[in-house]
Amino acid sequence: MALNRILTQLRPIVAALTRHKVATLLIVLQVALTLAAASNALFIVATRVVHLSRPTGTDEAHLFVIRNHWKNGQNATQIDANLRADIAALRRVPGVRNVFSSEAFPLEGGGAMVLGLKLKPEQTTRPKISLVYFADEHAIDTLGVSLVEGRNFRGEEIATLDRYDKVTPPGIIVTRSLAHKLYPEGSALGGTVYLPSGPTKIIGVLASLQGAYAGSTTRSIDEDSVLIPARSLDPDGVVYLVRTDGTSMTSVIDTALKALQERGGVRRIDPAQGVITLAQARDDGYATDRSVVLLMSVVCGLLLFATAGGIVGLSSFWVSQRRRQIGIRRSLGATRGDILRYFHIENFVIVSGGVALGGVLAFLANLCLMHVYELPGMPLYVPLWGALALWLLGQLAVWGPARYAAKVPPVVAIRNA
Amino acid sequence: MWGYYVGLALRSSARSKALTALVIALLAFGVSACMVSYAVFRATTSDPIPSKSSRLYMPQIDNFGPSSSGGEPPNNLAYTDANALWQAGKANRQALVFPTTWELTPGDRTASSVSLGGDAVTADFFAMFDVPFRFGDGWTSTDDAQHGSVAVISHRLNDRLFGGGNSVGREIQLDGKIFRVSGVLEPWSPKPRFFDVATLGPLSAFDDVGDVYVPFTRAIDLKKATPYDYCPSYATDLGVTDWDKYLHSECVWINAWVELGTSADVQTYRDFLRNYADEQKRAGRFTWAPNGRLRNLTEAMTVLHVTPKASSLSMLVSASFLLIVLVNVVGLMLARFMRRAPEIGIRRALGASRGAIYRQFLIEGATMGCVGGIFGVALTLLGLWGANGLFEPKIARLVHVDASLVASTVLLAIAATVVSALYPTWRAAQTQPAWQIKVNG
Repeated sequence: MALNRILTQLRPIVAALTRHKVATLLIVLQVALTLAAASNALFIVATRVVHLSRPTGTDEAHLFVIRNHWKNGQNATQIDANLRADIAALRRVPGVRNVFSSEAFPLEGGGAMVLGLKLKPEQTTRPKISLVYFADEHAIDTLGVSLVEGRNFRGEEIATLDRYDKVTPPGIIVTRSLAHKLYPEGSALGGTVYLPSGPTKIIGVLASLQGAYAGSTTRSIDEDSVLIPARSLDPDGVVYLVRTDGTSMTSVIDTALKALQERGGVRRIDPAQGVITLAQARDDGYATDRSVVLLMSVVCGLLLFATAGGIVGLSSFWVSQRRRQIGIRRSLGATRGDILRYFHIENFVIVSGGVALGGVLAFLANLCLMHVYELPGMPLYVPLWGALALWLLGQLAVWGPARYAAKVPPVVAIRNA
Repeated sequence: MWGYYVGLALRSSARSKALTALVIALLAFGVSACMVSYAVFRATTSDPIPSKSSRLYMPQIDNFGPSSSGGEPPNNLAYTDANALWQAGKANRQALVFPTTWELTPGDRTASSVSLGGDAVTADFFAMFDVPFRFGDGWTSTDDAQHGSVAVISHRLNDRLFGGGNSVGREIQLDGKIFRVSGVLEPWSPKPRFFDVATLGPLSAFDDVGDVYVPFTRAIDLKKATPYDYCPSYATDLGVTDWDKYLHSECVWINAWVELGTSADVQTYRDFLRNYADEQKRAGRFTWAPNGRLRNLTEAMTVLHVTPKASSLSMLVSASFLLIVLVNVVGLMLARFMRRAPEIGIRRALGASRGAIYRQFLIEGATMGCVGGIFGVALTLLGLWGANGLFEPKIARLVHVDASLVASTVLLAIAATVVSALYPTWRAAQTQPAWQIKVNG
């Protein structure tokens, strides 16, 4: 019944709109552009928020990293001895749960070794690219990652690797993501894969662990990590990954640095950037994403404000122009509710026009952005939510002018303006 | 006439305060969003060396081949190619550059050693990039040839080590080796850090430059590589078992720059690059057709994606915001002008020409634009102050306000309003005087 009444009101509304083509078109255009811009901006915000909250798979809240550079002129044997002594010293620090050394750490933004894995030595198709962490038998516990299949490394499997040494581990541990890429069907455990320097076996599979490159840019290999049982003797240095028992790390970091300082002559640790917690690394790594999110949100807010302002402005103008018509309708028996409804329905019709046009524009804009900014395709529900927001916004914006219109007394009809 | 119309505009604004305030607020927001984005965009796309950029070129050689490079040659050169180009000396000036980290041993034995960033460069680097010296000078090509132990240091390092005095001829210890200071730089930090960004990557494009420069040849002697190298394959054994094999591998890590005076020189150098790649093909090193590039500095910065995506994205978004604001302003102006149909009717009836109506309303538009622009400047300043929270600190601190930014904010606001007032003004000028007077009579 109510619907029927609204429908019968629709025709005169549309007829009236055709008398104000330009003004109507302007609001339609405005709503359309707002929908196109806002849905794309909000979609970018949503993808970035999802992106910057990707977990590394590690116990981030309890991890910090020490970037340790070796002083010049030390040979491999000396570096190995230093490394072992450092790890032993760090393990004795109160509050430290576990430690291992590697060449890279999660959220570092780079620095990791990259290895291509083949299933057959003579394979001609593209090998699967993996991101390496040098690890030992303590690595899994230190990172706080979970081993879902197979076994951990054993102490005797950990090799020492000088800068130009070949990587020839007896076994490696891979993430589930990488395992699945190597063996889409069946289990990767026990499988033989070929590193550039020879074959090795997959002895364990991790639930998940992000490679060191993960950050503001997305790569399809972000989750494809591999643990290589090795201690890097690279004369440049190593990173120590330290897992603490508690979340307040400041005192543990201080004590850890003091413990290393006892043999300070062999190393350099940058006072400013030498120590970084994984929480800080996350902030740094996703800084670009955060600025995009903030920026887009601010602009979206301004956009909606502008559109609402425009609707309020034009609607009040229309109301003031139509005082006489409203007065005539009122004196012919239209209730205040009728007048209110008239403006709300009119607004709905106009915004619907804008939404239809804007939906098309939104997808076109998304197509362009996909080329330029590596955005995924926008799912249908984003502009739908946008449309819903605009309908609501339109109704809210027209509420004031409509109420003002409903207050027009019937006597206006017979009085001269 | 102007003054009269401005007066009319102000009087009519006073009559419809809400509408006027809305138009001005929208304009101010639209324009300032654009100007904040533009200020950041301007900072991130600025020319690091305006006096020279048109003459600086970045040669690239495809030593990876189509299967690894995907058609676009790597941004850096392998040592083999870098050295060959440098030795050939076909350009007016040429610089090989790669970033390095050094361990500085202070003269005072008790102080602990520190890490120093910097670059290994060839002698032309300083003259080519107009690097300003406070004391002394760069080294000569003889030092390059003799792998000399000389260094150019930043004013910052000079202040720290030598108390800011003239330290030319003094010695510093890098990685345990003695280097003689040949020059001290004035504060110098081109943004972007164009000369080695191909190695460091776009995320470091706006970092400060390092503190110490040493001869390229000497750094190679000391086996100073950069961790930011890029090798043609991760899946095959590249046979790199020691430094020498690494040096002569196809891994790329060296930035090459050449200075070329005329377009004829550029063409000659392009030919030289093609011939070089052809030679390598004949020698059996490359099995593919020459696929080199010779890009000027501006093109090179584009290819290296120096401008952060957040910056160009915000430019795009705020431009569409301004567009939406303008559509809005057209509607509001239309409302404002149509409301004054009686006034226009009377003016026309009293003898005002259509031209006079056009002038009146366009000037009214410009006046509102001007006021919007002034508020826009205030909002832009506020926005730039807020840019510290929106952009990464190293980018935010590059953003600055100058007279041209303020002037263009106001101009943009005026232009935008006048453009959006065109249609409403035309409608206003169409008003039939007789009709208006009759209805309201």
